Amino acid sequence: MSLDSEAVLRVEDLTIRYDAVTAVEEATFEVGAGEIVAIIGPNGAGKRSLLSAIAAIAPRARGRIEICGRSTDGVPRSEIVRLGAALVPEGRQIFTSLSVLENLKLGATIRRDGEIASDLDAVFAEFPILAERRRQMAGLLSGGEQQMLAIGRGLMSRPRLLMLDEPSLGLAPMALAQVYEKLTAIRSRGVAILVAEQNAARAFAVADRVLIMSHGRFSLSGRPDENRTHRDFDGAYFGVAMSGASWSR
Amino acid sequence: MREAAQVLVDAISVGGLYALTALGIGLIFGVMRLVNFAHADLITFAGYAILLFFVQSTAFAIVAAALAAIVLALVTERAAFRPLRGANPETLLVSSFAVSFFLEKTLIMVVGARPKGVDFLPGLARQVEIVGVRLQLLHLVTIVVSLGLLTGTTWLLRATRLGLEMRAAAENFRMAEALGVRANRVIAAAFAISGLLAAAVACMIVAQTGLVQPRMGLQLVVIAFVGTVIGGLGSLPGAAIGGFFVGVGSILAQALLPEALRPFREAFVFIAVALVLIVRPLGLFPSRSLRQRI
Repeated sequence: MSLDSEAVLRVEDLTIRYDAVTAVEEATFEVGAGEIVAIIGPNGAGKRSLLSAIAAIAPRARGRIEICGRSTDGVPRSEIVRLGAALVPEGRQIFTSLSVLENLKLGATIRRDGEIASDLDAVFAEFPILAERRRQMAGLLSGGEQQMLAIGRGLMSRPRLLMLDEPSLGLAPMALAQVYEKLTAIRSRGVAILVAEQNAARAFAVADRVLIMSHGRFSLSGRPDENRTHRDFDGAYFGVAMSGASWSR
Repeated sequence: MREAAQVLVDAISVGGLYALTALGIGLIFGVMRLVNFAHADLITFAGYAILLFFVQSTAFAIVAAALAAIVLALVTERAAFRPLRGANPETLLVSSFAVSFFLEKTLIMVVGARPKGVDFLPGLARQVEIVGVRLQLLHLVTIVVSLGLLTGTTWLLRATRLGLEMRAAAENFRMAEALGVRANRVIAAAFAISGLLAAAVACMIVAQTGLVQPRMGLQLVVIAFVGTVIGGLGSLPGAAIGGFFVGVGSILAQALLPEALRPFREAFVFIAVALVLIVRPLGLFPSRSLRQRI
């Protein structure tokens, strides 16, 4: 794996433990500027732990994380987004008692510039349903709309990297298709995307690169159109014996 | 009829004080799940600040009360509650008792346990006549001040960035942090506001009773806390409304109960509270999220 200087996220040798359980072991990967990288794996593979550690929500046992070239060692949770990485967490975690507009404004917490209003308009243009419901309490939105809101909120910080944890969870197929359509649109604006997914088919369709994870380790990485990725992916998922498990691009 | 109007105005003014106290407690509970019984000592210390300075000038005494309560609130946050941030609510509750006892006993050691007379805001002790009803000017001022502070706090929470961050932190602290909200900033702001509310309550109470004593805040806070529970812990409008009705209820009980039962008026208020909680265990306006997620 080449370590080019353009990386917005660089993870080296990351190990995460909860008491005696090792959730992630020696994970090393990076996300380049404007790239969509998908981490795919079954439930319990360690995807969420990985994203949580990057967002400084879960502690790590060992390893190094750099966001836009700056180490996150000792960086508190509230400062991660200031380094350029925004999190769209599992279950969306929108503020249900606040309005749609307020949720989006919270996404711009770290900003003091004068362009917040025009960025709000941009999010509303991207997600017209949010514009229609801007005064409504966010808890009244449907699951798909809440996911759009969580993504819009993440974008309001003007991140270099948007991290999404299981955006497909609990969404109807139509809403799901919309969400993934938006990811491509977001990337085209130069925002890199790291998405953790169980729904492999979706992730394969949009990702530039996929990392397949099982039992806390990457079993392989590659471009989604390579046959080999598919075959080993099946192995990681369904327990078929794998050959060359440490293969990488 | 006139008497009813007088009792009602009295009840509303007392209800306003309890609403302010309950709101102060509710703010802190919202951002850090702490039931802060040391709120009582914010009121008490503000009362003693008035005692120290009321002879010089009224304005000076009010400023001193506000400063005393705000500084004390910030100091207790920094010294006692910040190291315990994220601890479970029981631990926080016990620590707030410890802080409260410590402050109360320290005060008794320094100034003694006996009540001291304060002739604060004597100009408000007179009666005014409004459409034929004679009302205490102080009661009217209390109502106006309470309304003003409730409106001001509401405005701060609804219309400012800081307020938005505080409401977000109250619903889901970790997600708020993930968006860049700084925990120290919102929590310190909540403590400062609760200090200001405590100081206002102290001014009104001292003017009404003409006394300061080391336990003056405690009874208020216990009753106001009952109000926050009725309103629904974690809901700020709920806290203010719950506090208001508990205050109003206790004054109306005083006025309406047969004489023999009046000493037990608080018991009747608590019975009403128990009934509310049987019907609505989470309070009248339950908060949407009392749990941390992510």
